[in-house]
Amino acid sequence: MSLKNKYDVIVVGAGPGGSMTAKTAAEKGLNVLLIEKRQEIGSPIRCAEGVGKKSLKKFFPVIKDEWISTKMSGVRIYSPDGTLVEMSDNRAVGYVLERKIFDRDLACMAADAGADVFTKTRATDLIIKDNFVKGIEGIRLGERFKVEADIVVGADGVESKVGRWAGINTTLKPKDIESGAEYLISGIPMEDLCEIYLGNDIAPAGYVWAFPKGKNRANVGIGILGSKLGEKRPFDYLNEFVKRKYRDGKIIEVIYGGIPVSRPTKTFGNGMMLVGDAARFTDPITGGGITNAIKSGIYAGEVAAECIEEGDFSEGGLKKYEKRWRSTIGEENNRSYLLKEFFINLPDGGLDVLAHSINKIRITELSVRGLMGELIDKNPWIPTGLAKLFKKKIEK
Amino acid sequence: MISINRYKCGYCGACVAVCPAGAIELVEAWIEIDGESCVECNNCVKICPIGALEVSDEPKK
Repeated sequence: MSLKNKYDVIVVGAGPGGSMTAKTAAEKGLNVLLIEKRQEIGSPIRCAEGVGKKSLKKFFPVIKDEWISTKMSGVRIYSPDGTLVEMSDNRAVGYVLERKIFDRDLACMAADAGADVFTKTRATDLIIKDNFVKGIEGIRLGERFKVEADIVVGADGVESKVGRWAGINTTLKPKDIESGAEYLISGIPMEDLCEIYLGNDIAPAGYVWAFPKGKNRANVGIGILGSKLGEKRPFDYLNEFVKRKYRDGKIIEVIYGGIPVSRPTKTFGNGMMLVGDAARFTDPITGGGITNAIKSGIYAGEVAAECIEEGDFSEGGLKKYEKRWRSTIGEENNRSYLLKEFFINLPDGGLDVLAHSINKIRITELSVRGLMGELIDKNPWIPTGLAKLFKKKIEK
Repeated sequence: MISINRYKCGYCGACVAVCPAGAIELVEAWIEIDGESCVECNNCVKICPIGALEVSDEPKK
């Protein structure tokens, strides 16, 4: 199989956002090319792999067993002084995925829907004519190529270039990105609960997580806000934590990552859209990005089909993409961003006060909103403007 | 100019995301820095989770 000269849609990047864009567009009958610069899809991962059960079920009628590493029943948050806040339910409320399998499977779904998929194929620039994105230039196995398209979708992750090439400033300020490191540790006791550790000694303006990957394994990782970094690296902080807490564990995988905790960028232009991490759709408070990538990919695939049907690939035509994500991903991002700003300025003592106020209750609504509902109730000092945002239920 | 310790680098792309000049590219498992467009803000050095990037004394080419 070889690259065609022209497609309706080219999707750059085959993570969950890109694959879902390609799948959705192909199912709508479009001619789709999905490219991935790495030779394998889903590897190396750059992710803690946690995802809410409800949100995942919304996108997939069948959740395949092989996608799931562990079904988790809750989250335990430890404040700086060790106070436990537990959010749990008796049922499984979330999954820790096996991204290497999950991501590849989503790319297969895109292929099954009719998209052409090429790995080890990298976009190096956009073809721009009369102010319109008209395709990509790229390199595949050492050979340069050009492919035209009516719409190019940038799903190229935290290191996105598609937006920049189209003239959108996607640069993240150090205060808007978490610098992360993670180990897969084996030989440690884990329950089916995700653990979060807070504190400026542990992870300045970030957190340490331990997400179970089976009975005796976990993704143990850290994110630290870029603006809080000095000589001591996330890697160093993580090593300290692991040494203290998982002395007997064995590290069998090491990964690093940058997690956008910003507001979204501009996400569309003449003949182009951005999805997932490329659009900075990660949640600024949790750092979670999988479901927003999937959701935005579906929106982008749908909008691509509508615009091609109407023959309008202009910025004006593609604006409906933003309209669609603004009321869901956008509203949630906005309040999480403001909450992040509140939390990063809180000293450890403030986090402890918050934890003490709710450590006697079990929170059963496992979401940032569920947690904030209880916190706001018990802590009238939380700014009213911020509190108000969490009163409203945002449609997922 | 910025030098990369390739034996440390975990090719995560955090440095690419914070570069205001678009001077860094993550090619598969390989970071490339274009010294010509680098503005020496050192954001990449600061953000690296493992400290794989360093300011080196070599003059800018």
